[in-house]
Amino acid sequence: MNTQAPAAAQSAPQADAQQPPAPQETAGAPLLGPGETPKIASRDVHVHYGEKHAIKGVNLDIKENEVTAFIGPSGCGKSTFLRCLNRMNDTIDIARVTGRITLDGQDVYDKRVDVVQLRARVGMVFQKPNPFPKSIFENVAYGPRIHGIARGKDEIEDIVMSSLDRAGLLNEVKDYLDQPGTGLSGGQQQRLCIARAIAVSPEVILMDEPCSALDPIATAKIEELIDELRENYTIVIVTHSMQQAARVSQRTAFFHLGNLVECGDTEQIFTNPQHRLTQGYITGRFG
Amino acid sequence: MTDESIKKAEHTVSAFGEDLQKLTDMIVRMGGLAEAQLASALQALARRDSELAGRVITSDQRIDEMEQEVHAFVVRLIALRQPVADDLRNCVSALKIAADIERIGDYAANVAKRAMVLNQLAPVRHIAAMPSMGRIVQELINDILDSYVERDVRKAIDVWQRDEEVDELHTSLFRELVTYMMEDPRNITAATHLMFIAKNIERIGDHATNVAETIHFLVQGTPLRGRRPKGNDQDYSLTTRQPAGEGTE
Repeated sequence: MNTQAPAAAQSAPQADAQQPPAPQETAGAPLLGPGETPKIASRDVHVHYGEKHAIKGVNLDIKENEVTAFIGPSGCGKSTFLRCLNRMNDTIDIARVTGRITLDGQDVYDKRVDVVQLRARVGMVFQKPNPFPKSIFENVAYGPRIHGIARGKDEIEDIVMSSLDRAGLLNEVKDYLDQPGTGLSGGQQQRLCIARAIAVSPEVILMDEPCSALDPIATAKIEELIDELRENYTIVIVTHSMQQAARVSQRTAFFHLGNLVECGDTEQIFTNPQHRLTQGYITGRFG
Repeated sequence: MTDESIKKAEHTVSAFGEDLQKLTDMIVRMGGLAEAQLASALQALARRDSELAGRVITSDQRIDEMEQEVHAFVVRLIALRQPVADDLRNCVSALKIAADIERIGDYAANVAKRAMVLNQLAPVRHIAAMPSMGRIVQELINDILDSYVERDVRKAIDVWQRDEEVDELHTSLFRELVTYMMEDPRNITAATHLMFIAKNIERIGDHATNVAETIHFLVQGTPLRGRRPKGNDQDYSLTTRQPAGEGTE
């Protein structure tokens, strides 16, 4: 029954003057049970953009080989939090991240961590497909080359072909590998970006609204791909489409005003959310 | 945003909210009609009013039509609005409740049909349990519809539990009728019809408890658990049962 929701709601008014606002208690099951090891674990993560407190104490576990969807209204912090996971916020001068994020138990904000290596392990696909102004082949070959993953020409070619294949693009482009990647359709470009991300054998793929610039058919292909990729990768996807979150993810996390309001099995979130805010958002009552 | 303001918040797409309200109104109208049908059927029985019974039988068609309207409306809502969470439970619950109300209407019509047959026969002795059973079931329907409109789970659970009284009355009525039949075999035809009528009324109570369970799911998102209390576990055995082996040929 709805025992979680009132508890979480009541914690909000306690955040008063003397102390910085206490993070909202998250409804549902943001953390995995004992005996389950998260791929990524976040504890009390705060992000400040200058004065703005963008993420307020997020505690969340992300399970291996699952798709976790982040949903929430614009400005709720879902993309900001996603970008913490592979330290993309490092590139923003005024951004300050505190708390602890671990990948396989290893602190990703540890000084000794090589950010380039981290981003090879935790790849990213963006909202707008952004292929390099190079050939299709070079787009995919670039990562393995700079990371020194492949040695010979044959090995590079193997990686490019298998990545394009896993991204569901090979059949469409195999005769045009020397053509510019920018000449492909939007959906193909996005799959090229996914191929580029998986070419460096990441463990986690972060996707920031990967389908928002695509038509329904291209979207369906990406969603099918996400479902296949789940077997080998851990995927975190930020999406504005609640139907997409419902279709592709196993777990859903709902953010609002920098708080992680609720996290749980996607099925439960969309049939019986525990928190009123979650219910209000997914049923289209605010946001 | 506070907890309360979210609870009361309207859908951003106001037509969606209006559709859901319309769905609730459709169910309430349908329930109101079924309630009136049962009242008329019981009245036709008590007053030996065949004309009224006839009207109940023909009016049942309207409830069937309303159920079809609810079905069509819910299918349209799901297709066009893709409801989730409480909105989805609203839609699914409307389908289930409409089906229960449709059955209630059928039972009311059955009572009316048998009342017409009874009116052709000589009047039987006053059956004490029948009016009280009818009255309780009418209250259950009335309360369950209130509970649906108010989304009041407590009231729904109350209905769910009160159905026990109906079951108990049904059992005692069964015994009473069997006694009359044994007293005078000429009563058998009328008493049998009355027995079916009692069974129909008892079934209406069961459908009210189904609706109670649906309301629980609608509001809480979880099934109503536990075993519903049942009077004497429907012990139809008769106090005058003959010892084994002494039966007639």
